[in-house]
Amino acid sequence: MSVSAVIERGTAASRAAGIGIAAIVVLLAVAPQFLSAGMVDRMTALFIYVILAAMWNALAGFGGLVSVGQQLFFGLGAYFAIRLANAGLNPFVSLFVSAIVVGAVSWPISLFMLRLKNGEFAIGMWVIAALTHLLVNLDRLIQGETGTSLISLNVYDASTRRLTIYWLALASMTALLAILFGLLRGSTGAAIRAIRDNEDAAASVGVRVTGTKRLLFVLAAFGIGVAGALWLATAITFQPKTYFNVQWTAYMIFMVLVGGIGTFEGAILGALLFFLIETWFGGTGVWYLIGLGATALVFSLFLPRGLWGTLEERFGWRLLSVGYRVRLPADEATGGAALPANTTTHREKA
Amino acid sequence: MTHAPDGTILSAAGIQKRFGALVVLDDIDFAMGADEAVGIVGPNGAGKTTLLSVLSGAYPPSAGTIAFKGDDVTALPATQRCRLGLVRTHQVPKPFGGMTAFENVFVAASHGAGLGRDEAYEEALGSLKLCGMLGVANRRAETLGLLDRKRLELARALAARPTLLLLDEIGGGLTDGEAGELVETIRELRHRKISIVWIEHIVHILLQVAERLICMDAGKIIADGEPQAVMADPQVISAYLGGGPK
Repeated sequence: MSVSAVIERGTAASRAAGIGIAAIVVLLAVAPQFLSAGMVDRMTALFIYVILAAMWNALAGFGGLVSVGQQLFFGLGAYFAIRLANAGLNPFVSLFVSAIVVGAVSWPISLFMLRLKNGEFAIGMWVIAALTHLLVNLDRLIQGETGTSLISLNVYDASTRRLTIYWLALASMTALLAILFGLLRGSTGAAIRAIRDNEDAAASVGVRVTGTKRLLFVLAAFGIGVAGALWLATAITFQPKTYFNVQWTAYMIFMVLVGGIGTFEGAILGALLFFLIETWFGGTGVWYLIGLGATALVFSLFLPRGLWGTLEERFGWRLLSVGYRVRLPADEATGGAALPANTTTHREKA
Repeated sequence: MTHAPDGTILSAAGIQKRFGALVVLDDIDFAMGADEAVGIVGPNGAGKTTLLSVLSGAYPPSAGTIAFKGDDVTALPATQRCRLGLVRTHQVPKPFGGMTAFENVFVAASHGAGLGRDEAYEEALGSLKLCGMLGVANRRAETLGLLDRKRLELARALAARPTLLLLDEIGGGLTDGEAGELVETIRELRHRKISIVWIEHIVHILLQVAERLICMDAGKIIADGEPQAVMADPQVISAYLGGGPK
């Protein structure tokens, strides 16, 4: 019963995309030489948005774990960084140690949260975020909603600080995207998508459902913790209500839905789009938020698969695809019960 | 059990399943040998699918024990039982809708059978081919029709490399021609020494594969033995005709 078929993971386009991405990363790494200080800060924000979108997309789009409480990990990432820096750790090192602590904290949270399903999980996460927000307020160091600052960053002069944070954000984004892509593309990624589509069926074919979900949950917490800590580094000030604000999750959902939920490229595209909208219209106050809401509405009504999902379906574009394509030799495709007409259709889609 | 020859692969003793006050399985004793293909029939609501779910580990029994290949698996969840070789299909197909047919089967090969990448590819392709699904390998499962979903359900279970396969109405809703193909596929599984428990309403299809027939009614086994004898059993006839579907 040996079948002479080829399993394709990438396309010529996706190999080109890999080279293109490497080139973009190199360009971004040298870009501060040519950018104004303000632009460097804006680009740092973009990298953080990409991390947020990619993590929420992995959790919800690939794993089916829709959470509206991811600001929990964003806030904790910033909070633990403040705490660690206050304890005397180098502020830049604190950012990453903080994210590891966030990942460690998310483990016990997953023990009870992953027992919840769908809407219960989504809202439950929000509840945990709100509770944690209140707990953080109780910390004397934070001084309630008055907040505090990552003071120890002040030993670096402004331009060194800006550049270091820029490069840290770029490196974090690149590394996190690479880790995520590797995970989602491997057999664990297939298990993650199987759980999303049917948990019972996944268990019945040998997928470790809870362990796999936990891995994804902890990874997303870690990534969003990195984003929160980096945001703190750019903003310096820490006010709990800013970081534990549900708007962060709303932004993540916006980026992922507009970009294309469940596609790796979609989250990145969505973050870029969100960044542009914010750059151009962010100054218009309330109208900016109305515009964001209207955009989300239009997309969910007319392009429910998002920008990339639609392009992928219509033109068969696959750049960072995690899927598998079977390419059959002509005789296999036409033999047996297979319908050659169908195969052709899929080729076009693929 | 009288019909359990040496080399018992699966044995269940004193199985009860209650949902609240409702007793769905009432003290079921069942054992089968590694070389057997057992058919299960019975009117609607007899508890056939529930028995399969309890055997596969989808949910635990309220009482009783289940042993697979001599080990007590009563406490093991479905994932672990699958990895040991006890795999089921679902009456209503449960495809991974957002994944292609190949990816559906690949998940089972790599996690259920625990195969490395290349072996898992081969196993997945082999299972798809056996079930006549190669032509739709790249289709998202949610776009497949009922017949292909049923085939996919079977292909996916096979890719997990079962030693005992539990089939739940895999032939339901198929035309005679389609059912005939299915019988051929399942006969091929018998050649591969896979033991089979098969629930089916269409008895004449079942009898082309099953060497032993069990009839259930109201949560109990009311007849068990050689197919013709079971079909002629007065209790079985009354369960179908006298009692009518419940």
